[in-house]
Amino acid sequence: MSELFPRKQVMGFVFSLILTIVALMVYFSDMSFSVGMTILLITAFIQAALQLVVFMHAGETGDRGSIYTNLYYAIFIALVTVFGTLLCMIWGYV
Amino acid sequence: MDYFDRFAVPHPSPAIYASMVAIGLTVIAIFAGLTYFKKWGYLWREWLTTVDHKRIGIMYLISALLMLFRGGADAIMMRAQLAAPENTLLDAQHYNEIFTTHGIVMIIFMAMPFIMAFMNFVVPLQIGARDVAFPRLNALSFWLFFMGAMLLNISFVVGGSPDAGWTSYFPLASNEFSESVGTNYYMFALQISGLGTLMTGINMITTILKMRAPGMTLMKMPMFTWSSLVANIIIVFAFPVLTVALLMGTMDRLFATNFFTTANGGMDMLWANFFWVWGHPEVYILILPAFGIYSEIISTFSRRNLYGYKSMVGSMVIISLLSFLVWTHHFFTMGQGALTNSIFSITTMAIAVPTGVKIFNWLFTLWKGKIVITTPMLYSLLFIPIFTIGGVTGVMLGMSAADYQYHNTMFLVAHFHMVIIPGVVFGMLAGLHYYWPKMFGFKLNDKIGKVEAWVISMSTLLAFMPMFFSGLDGQARRMYTYSESTGFGIYNMISMVGAVGLAIGFCLIVYNVYYSTRYASRDVGSDPWNARTLEWATHSPVPEYNFAMTPQVNSLEPFWDAKKRGHELFTGYYEKIHMPNNSGVPFILGCIFFAWGFSFIFGMWIPAIVTTIGIFACMAYRSFENDHGRYISVNEIQKTETSRGA
Repeated sequence: MSELFPRKQVMGFVFSLILTIVALMVYFSDMSFSVGMTILLITAFIQAALQLVVFMHAGETGDRGSIYTNLYYAIFIALVTVFGTLLCMIWGYV
Repeated sequence: MDYFDRFAVPHPSPAIYASMVAIGLTVIAIFAGLTYFKKWGYLWREWLTTVDHKRIGIMYLISALLMLFRGGADAIMMRAQLAAPENTLLDAQHYNEIFTTHGIVMIIFMAMPFIMAFMNFVVPLQIGARDVAFPRLNALSFWLFFMGAMLLNISFVVGGSPDAGWTSYFPLASNEFSESVGTNYYMFALQISGLGTLMTGINMITTILKMRAPGMTLMKMPMFTWSSLVANIIIVFAFPVLTVALLMGTMDRLFATNFFTTANGGMDMLWANFFWVWGHPEVYILILPAFGIYSEIISTFSRRNLYGYKSMVGSMVIISLLSFLVWTHHFFTMGQGALTNSIFSITTMAIAVPTGVKIFNWLFTLWKGKIVITTPMLYSLLFIPIFTIGGVTGVMLGMSAADYQYHNTMFLVAHFHMVIIPGVVFGMLAGLHYYWPKMFGFKLNDKIGKVEAWVISMSTLLAFMPMFFSGLDGQARRMYTYSESTGFGIYNMISMVGAVGLAIGFCLIVYNVYYSTRYASRDVGSDPWNARTLEWATHSPVPEYNFAMTPQVNSLEPFWDAKKRGHELFTGYYEKIHMPNNSGVPFILGCIFFAWGFSFIFGMWIPAIVTTIGIFACMAYRSFENDHGRYISVNEIQKTETSRGA
């Protein structure tokens, strides 16, 4: 029976609940803006990755290669866009 | 402003009233003609409801050519206004509207549908597929694009055209400085057609990744398919930025938010930033498919395989990444520090390297090839030197310190026309002549074609070379006039001559289509150019199902191998073929989107709500519709194949 038990999914579900609670803590506890934002960003990205891998089954089919290439490409471009914009509009702006 | 005043044209002139009458008469003539010749049914069954990638491709092509003439008319008016100093042909406001429309029409509604036309028509044939992955989504893409284009095209007779430049920078584009509904038209026309483009991107990537003929691995795909794949990947990653930026701009204009305002924490320059985060990759979306067409044509007419296939693919993949790293070079003068500008200067110059690799690969393909000069080949050969002028001046503009001299001058205008005209327009015209026999079953006349190519390329040089000089002398772009003492008069007069030459060249294309339709031989076979890739392995014009049997591929040039090395392309026997059904929903949804956009542009909230419900109703209808397509029987295939001389 044990191989029929969706261990990975249940663990994933519990873990995503924990991540949600941690993110909620930011609202209920008293912390500075930057600490709160850091916690939110980290939990959000772990949560997204968890959903993709465990519940949307990225990497479980023959398309594994295309899906992950696509994902890394997307992350790269998102980071470039966000940090490039910050560089132009705020950090590098004289 | 009174409610109904907003529908009136803010700057009426005899030319605009004449256009209104002309539009009215054309519409009446089309309706009367369709009724008289009883073609309504034919139009609906064969074109408006079609999901066939080839017909959709042809509709994209027709729209692109129409918009080429629309944008061309704008260009002629601009050049005529600037031809002499202190000219009064157009006033400042008119000139603003015309250069804005010219930019939008040429990029979004001419160049984009042109590349979409060839992607739709050629890619499924090149990879041996029966259609794209999502045929009905493809029809929806087309109708969204088309309705977006029509929305922008009615702007100059209903409510006024956008007048803040095709880049529509805030705060100029805000309600405060652009009072008419023109910029609303910009926001919604681009939004609607952009949605269509995004869908095409997803559709094409899926098609190319999932529907290739057996044996065609990624590294055995023809170069045009590779370039389409890369271009569509860029589309999928770049267009969402435009979608969001347009949405924020729309919110600012219609609902008084403060994303791009100068007060209340808004950041006006953020628009320019977002616009170019999309805008620079957009340049590569346009040019990569054109590069793909050049690769096909140069290899076909040099009678040898493409030199450096792997480096071609590699350079395109690198371009796709680098294209997202350079956008700040469009606003070096906006106030960033030297460090930021240097970073983007370096990435900009880096992108010239993979582009250079491609140019050298084409030259090496020509080297020791048996070159046959046909019209498509002539366009491709003329492209290389003229594009290089545009590319090299681009590297000059890419140096941020020097850019302070060139920024917003005619030098810049000359640069991007020298890149886009040979890069995209020549490529599309070359593709037009090259794929015409596959689309319609006869060749365009080669003699007229060569005259076209020479007239267009020489006129391009004549029209844009003088701008480099007047730009360095300080002529700013987008100025509707200049005084005689500046000395720009002579340069602009030469440009005017070039513009007239371009107009003559494009009219020659129309004449060529007319002439060849009447007189060209219909007996050209399925492979008139002695080509190398799969699209030439089926009949011309292509039957609905593309290939009676799925082709077997084991090399880069399966059709060439089939002709020269005895490779068996088609083995087996006919089987019934599963095809999608036609559907009117994409067209109807497109029409609803048109009404939706129009309602928002004028802030008519009740129609806006009704049409929004209509959009969701159409999507719901599709979700519950049971349509499993249909089968073409073996009998029917045999009949079609015999009638086309199999």
